[in-house]
Amino acid sequence: MDQISVEKIIDKFGLKQLNQTPIKNQITVSDIKRPGIELAGFFDYFTPERIQILGRTEISFLTELPLELLEERLNKFLGYQIPCVIITRGLEPVEKLIEISEKNNIPILSTDSSTTSFISCLTTYLEETFAPQVTRHGVLVEIYGVGVLIKGSSGIGKSESALDLVKRGHRLIADDAVIIKRVMRSKLVGTSPEISKHHLELRGLGIINVKTLFGAGAVREAQNIDLIIQLEKWDQQKNYDRLGLDDEMVEILEVTVPRVVIPVKPGRNLAMVMEVAAMNFRLKSTGYNAAKEFTKRLENELKDKNS
Amino acid sequence: MTEQQVMVTSSAGLHARPASLIVQEANNYQSEIKLAKDNNEVNAKSIMGIMGLGVSQQTEITVKAEGEDEEEAVAAVVKLIESGFDE
Repeated sequence: MDQISVEKIIDKFGLKQLNQTPIKNQITVSDIKRPGIELAGFFDYFTPERIQILGRTEISFLTELPLELLEERLNKFLGYQIPCVIITRGLEPVEKLIEISEKNNIPILSTDSSTTSFISCLTTYLEETFAPQVTRHGVLVEIYGVGVLIKGSSGIGKSESALDLVKRGHRLIADDAVIIKRVMRSKLVGTSPEISKHHLELRGLGIINVKTLFGAGAVREAQNIDLIIQLEKWDQQKNYDRLGLDDEMVEILEVTVPRVVIPVKPGRNLAMVMEVAAMNFRLKSTGYNAAKEFTKRLENELKDKNS
Repeated sequence: MTEQQVMVTSSAGLHARPASLIVQEANNYQSEIKLAKDNNEVNAKSIMGIMGLGVSQQTEITVKAEGEDEEEAVAAVVKLIESGFDE
């Protein structure tokens, strides 16, 4: 989403409006601003497009400013195109703030929450709303707690592998189309389009409902994407990774995710290979890299023989 | 890469039957064929993907293909969508 209305924020957080202005502004960024230093007169790096939060510090500072200076600062502050100002802790703002904001058509809103906890809730909500999103072709499953995005051209056996994995006690999140969202800047979360949720399409059988067939434990609504498994037709000419020493990374929404390429041959048990890939990923993230340990052992042995 | 935009005119959008017809048509070609709407892109050879895209009537989508027969593939899929699936 590119923007969200101030009205929606009011609804979501149960805010009260303290002044009389129409509420029609839009918020376009997920960042939040506490304009302490601006109220003290320094406007060089001011970011007026953000929601402005006034907490106890700012409000008491304003109360103590001499009237003339207060008017000058507020005129400058509220002269910018600000979507809205939110006052926390249910604090009473100075009269001038209401007066000048009405002149500039900037809504002044109020919440009873404390500043830090309100900022944290608001940031989480805005981050989620503004999270960039794409839909990609693939099947998303959770194997031993690892979110695995299975990719590969159609007919290679992604859905069949997913079914096999579900039978082995793992979970399906999305088949064929995966909605990928970037949250908190470095995490990818995948979900299914509402329409195809819990469903799987298998050549020859058509569409099946995994939740009704295998139970509620066989599906999940959302899952972090930790690993990409690329299925490819076995190519005699191509060199596949035989050691697993180099981690290949791919980028989705500017987040890098490790990828393994698994060649597909009739009779190869893909679900089992994927289970092992997921377990190996977990092992690697706890600091143990089998391939590296193995080569270290080999190197030591060769060194010993030389000496 | 060949791509072309097309307006979906069939009365109920890309529901199950049109989706299966697109998949059938797309499977006649070697190329990777994709349908895109806004930021979302799905494989045209996958019925769940197309239905998941949720394309309603009067929506413009983009048909993309990459491969040896990409031009024929895009032309065929666009033609099929434009035909309104004989509905």
